[in-house]
Amino acid sequence: MSSKQNFSDALSGWLMAAPLVIVLALFLVLPIAMIVVVSFWGATEFSIYPAFKLDNYEFLLRSSVTYSVYLKTFMFTIISWALCLVIGFTVAYFLAFHVRTQTWQIVLFLLCTVPFWTSNIIRMISWVPFLGRNGIANQTLMSMGVIEQPLEWLLFSDFAVVLAFVHLYTLFMVVPIFNTMMRIDKSLLEAARDAGATGFQTLTNVILPLTKPGIMIGSIFVVTLVMGDFITVRFMSGSQSANVGRLISNDVALLRYPSAAATSVVLLITVLITIGIMLRFVNIRKEL
Amino acid sequence: MMDKSEAELVAVTKSYGQSIAVDGISLKIPGNSYTCLLGPSGCGKSSTLRMLAGHETVSEGDILLGGKNITDLAPAERGTAMMFQSYALFPHLSVVDNVAFSLKMKGVEKTARRAEATKLLDLVDMAALAERLPAQLSGGQQQRVALARALITNPSILLLDEPLSALDPFLRLRMRSELKRLQRELGISFIHVTHSQDEALSLADRIIVMNKGRIEQVGSAQEVFDRPKTQFVAQFMGGHNVMHDGQSRLAIRSDKITIAKSNPDGSAGIPATVRAIEYLGTTFSVALDATGMAQTSNPVSVTVPDSVFSHETMEIGQTVFLTWMPDDAHRLAS
Repeated sequence: MSSKQNFSDALSGWLMAAPLVIVLALFLVLPIAMIVVVSFWGATEFSIYPAFKLDNYEFLLRSSVTYSVYLKTFMFTIISWALCLVIGFTVAYFLAFHVRTQTWQIVLFLLCTVPFWTSNIIRMISWVPFLGRNGIANQTLMSMGVIEQPLEWLLFSDFAVVLAFVHLYTLFMVVPIFNTMMRIDKSLLEAARDAGATGFQTLTNVILPLTKPGIMIGSIFVVTLVMGDFITVRFMSGSQSANVGRLISNDVALLRYPSAAATSVVLLITVLITIGIMLRFVNIRKEL
Repeated sequence: MMDKSEAELVAVTKSYGQSIAVDGISLKIPGNSYTCLLGPSGCGKSSTLRMLAGHETVSEGDILLGGKNITDLAPAERGTAMMFQSYALFPHLSVVDNVAFSLKMKGVEKTARRAEATKLLDLVDMAALAERLPAQLSGGQQQRVALARALITNPSILLLDEPLSALDPFLRLRMRSELKRLQRELGISFIHVTHSQDEALSLADRIIVMNKGRIEQVGSAQEVFDRPKTQFVAQFMGGHNVMHDGQSRLAIRSDKITIAKSNPDGSAGIPATVRAIEYLGTTFSVALDATGMAQTSNPVSVTVPDSVFSHETMEIGQTVFLTWMPDDAHRLAS
């Protein structure tokens, strides 16, 4: 009787977990396994063939291009992350602590999401008429007499890439930080004031430590999105800059799938290590 | 010399737009005393406390502490400290760092401020748990830490916002006596906001009963309970019957009314019908309809000691007569 009971308990447990297991197995584990397998295959100019060789990895890890591209990717990531963090934290702080009524908080928060009603690509392209050689920015600056010649570095440059990243991904920082800040008991801020803390001391001693999990979640979003991106870099740099995503997309365009797969595997491992390091600093479990 | 812990409110008003939370109250709080602000929720007692603390601006009027006008000073500059209803301990800081927080804000060096905090923790008997986080403490322990954190600033007045409401009844009694002991030992003023009559009666040297943003009565616990000035105070403090003798309202304590089965004098007793009888351990509570008296607070409640009740049993529906001593009936302001 009791063993039968145990058996049906175990069975129903497995059954309840099954849908998620199947979805994850089909759409996450299987594709990654495929990529790993293909990364060991061989390729000629016109075909790919199953094999087990380390050529792809060997070529990748020996090429100096790989390292300079990774360096560039990390540079984009760190600069975009830092800017997203500063802007995102400020916006979330304003929404959570300076906007008094909940109605206005919701209204302003929705306002932040308005750009997300269009696609990434459109939001990127909309920078072109603004930043271009004869764009609004240059024309305004010239008519104000600030500059004589149009600024060349505004568009199709690393500056433009970072600008687009920050524009695209700051909201991913705002949302988790805002969410954590809303959970901070307002009486804590009064208690800090009662203990003689200035506004800045309250920020550094109370709000910042309590917002850490939100900052970390936002950082994971931004870092993974920027490291995996290829389209923003291509558009905004005018194909003058490269990051790891572009290496992969170039390989795919040339039908060198095994090489693309190997690069993907290395990128995946790099991103996982980066996130692993970030998680050492903050325990986000209580936030989830 | 003026006592540092003597506070005074002069015609203090707090309004939020159109609605008035505190309506021009004036009040003196003597130094080294335990004062309770008592009233139902929304009566303005918390707003009054928060204005004293500096966490709410004063719309009109002045607040003085130790003879100094503190109306526009920041909370930390007033010489007050506040203990919050939910304790408001910093969840990311250990007990000792919570207590040392205000010293850290002043820039006191780490070992010095921790040593000072440990002294305060000793005072509230919490030094053993100094390294724990607030989430690892029970409600009573959290409250002790909050108390230590408030006292480390050496305040002349400690402001307590419903400090016992989050505790279970047993702990509430224990913390009650501890608060009173601390107040006596420290020789500063405690101002304690509560909606519980028991708490106010047992703790306070002075009770300030508030209703609708105004002060109904100020006095010692005995004065407020024994001689309520208004119908609101009589009914809010409980244990009173409000009667009408034709000219004005009277408040009579339910244990000062005697029930007689017959009416020997023929005129003094008020006829009443027994409606319900409740056994409360040491006493019986008898609810009656006093049909003979106009505009009484119905039903009239009479407390009878169990020794008296046992040889004067009553039945529901029986007609009895109520009498009381003239001195026990207090005329209420209309």
